[in-house]
Amino acid sequence: MSRKIGDVILDLQNISLRFGGVKALTDISFDIREHEVRAIIGPNGAGKSSMLNVINGVYHPQEGKIFYRGEERRKMEPHMAASTGIARTFQNIALFKGMSVLDNIMTGRNLKMKTNILLQALWLGPAQKEEIEHRRKVEEIIDFLEIQHIRKTPVGRLPYGLQKRVDLGRALAMEPQILLLDEPMAGMNVEEKQDMCRFILDVNDQFGTTIVLIEHDMGVVMDISDRVVVLDYGKKIGDGVPDEVRSNPEVIKAYLGAGH
Amino acid sequence: MIYRENGQFKTTYAADQQIFTIAQDKWFVLGLIAFAFIGVPMLADEYMFRAILIPFLILSLAALGVNLLVGYCGQITLGAGAFMAIGAYAAYNFMIRVDGVPLVAALLLGGATTAALGIIFGIPSLRVRGLYLAVATLAAQFFCDWAFLRLGWFTNYSPSGSVSISNLSAFGWAIDSPVEKYLFCLLFLVAFAFFAKNLTRASIGRQWMAIRDMDVAAEVIGIRPMWAKLSAFAVSSFFIGVAGALWGFVHLGSWEPAAFSVDRSFQLLFMVIIGGLGSIMGSFFGAAFIVIMPIFLNQALPALGSLFGIAISTAGVAHAEFIIFGSLIVFFLIVEPHGLARLWAIAKEKLRLWPFPH
Repeated sequence: MSRKIGDVILDLQNISLRFGGVKALTDISFDIREHEVRAIIGPNGAGKSSMLNVINGVYHPQEGKIFYRGEERRKMEPHMAASTGIARTFQNIALFKGMSVLDNIMTGRNLKMKTNILLQALWLGPAQKEEIEHRRKVEEIIDFLEIQHIRKTPVGRLPYGLQKRVDLGRALAMEPQILLLDEPMAGMNVEEKQDMCRFILDVNDQFGTTIVLIEHDMGVVMDISDRVVVLDYGKKIGDGVPDEVRSNPEVIKAYLGAGH
Repeated sequence: MIYRENGQFKTTYAADQQIFTIAQDKWFVLGLIAFAFIGVPMLADEYMFRAILIPFLILSLAALGVNLLVGYCGQITLGAGAFMAIGAYAAYNFMIRVDGVPLVAALLLGGATTAALGIIFGIPSLRVRGLYLAVATLAAQFFCDWAFLRLGWFTNYSPSGSVSISNLSAFGWAIDSPVEKYLFCLLFLVAFAFFAKNLTRASIGRQWMAIRDMDVAAEVIGIRPMWAKLSAFAVSSFFIGVAGALWGFVHLGSWEPAAFSVDRSFQLLFMVIIGGLGSIMGSFFGAAFIVIMPIFLNQALPALGSLFGIAISTAGVAHAEFIIFGSLIVFFLIVEPHGLARLWAIAKEKLRLWPFPH
């Protein structure tokens, strides 16, 4: 592999998150290095999605600190996290159903579009120029994901596998530093999973994007991730390279029960 | 066979981002606009202008504004009537209190005032949505009804609460006859429809639709919900405010607060629902349906009755009009919940393939 894993880009320290009396996350610390593929695994309800929601500002942990590129991050709203270069896809596809594939991905360019509303209303020079400039970028992503044939189709009409791909495309349009993928392969058949793995690895390889991935398919996780963190009941029970995690007795217990 | 896009290749992104990507559509709409400017003034009589065409144009403009907010940004509003009233009274006050303010400037200032108030009445949308938001916007309606009736300053202390504007003229063009009024409104409508279309195909329009379709995902990709929602309220109110000012100045001439009651709010909301939420074309269809259908029924029913030798009383006609109108609305909503604009789109899709099914 040509890519080089760099320094720590995101460092989470002692994160605890509660909803009323329910403890979703308890004292979790781990870090994410630049350009790596970091997987988060764990049984259902372990707090994996909550962890992603903490990272991109949807949830605010009661305790703990988050360091982004060495600087402590203040409490922030999702759109602020987005502007610092954190993008994500969703477990249950959260595309904009009424819009075409093209418009969905164009929406991902929103943060980079600067012309004011008056110029947009008149469709004057700068607004039109900007639109074309970003269209060019979006077309590159469409080519990359091999979805040229559906660019004008409303996403609501697409099959599930393609919707997942568009969801990835929308996140890529932000040119993120860190890409959070929440079960990108859930509900897919083997071919679709292979395609998706290829796209994820290509993104990581070609753009150097750091990837944080939640996935249930252990084969996929062990194959494509550099390091894995394991959660169970909101606690961290394992962390390390795939082989290490696989032989960790605590992890085996969480997945298979105490008898094994 | 005529409606084909064969051979219309697009070689640039600019060509692919035009308003009408199919040449036939472009010529059809340009032809329609030309007909509206040249053909209609020659054909229509005074009654047509006063009773049908001018109300249709102005209400289309208002429906366009409502559609931007409800159809594109997904924020339901029942305060459209109030925003029309704000536009009308604001423009009136600019007209009588500022010396020598031109008519067009007064109308646009009325729109700008409405936009500012629209932002204020839009603030609840940051916390509540759906039906609760509808109720919150209803507050705007009741507040405006009260304010224009009770606070004398707005109506220049006219004892009856009614105000009037006469001798309209813009750029040395005296707008007296119905034809001139019609053309004046048409100019506004064409310009504003162009603005609306541009906004909805640009970055701001995508932000609105993203908020409408999936607000959590929109926020995660960096859209600020406050900016998106309040800008939608502002732009929509601007449209509605200008329409309200035109309604008062050009259509009514003299008016009182009852002209912009809650009925008007409901009427505008029905227009966009029947016409098609999230469609510029739909706003026109909806306005046409609601303005023209009652008049059509009113004329057609007695004629139809006399055809079968039945004399229908005036009251009977009025009642039948309500019944038929109501059932037509229900019929259209069941056949096509996405409105008349969707029917239009389906027809076009079919026509592209006709006469071959595939």
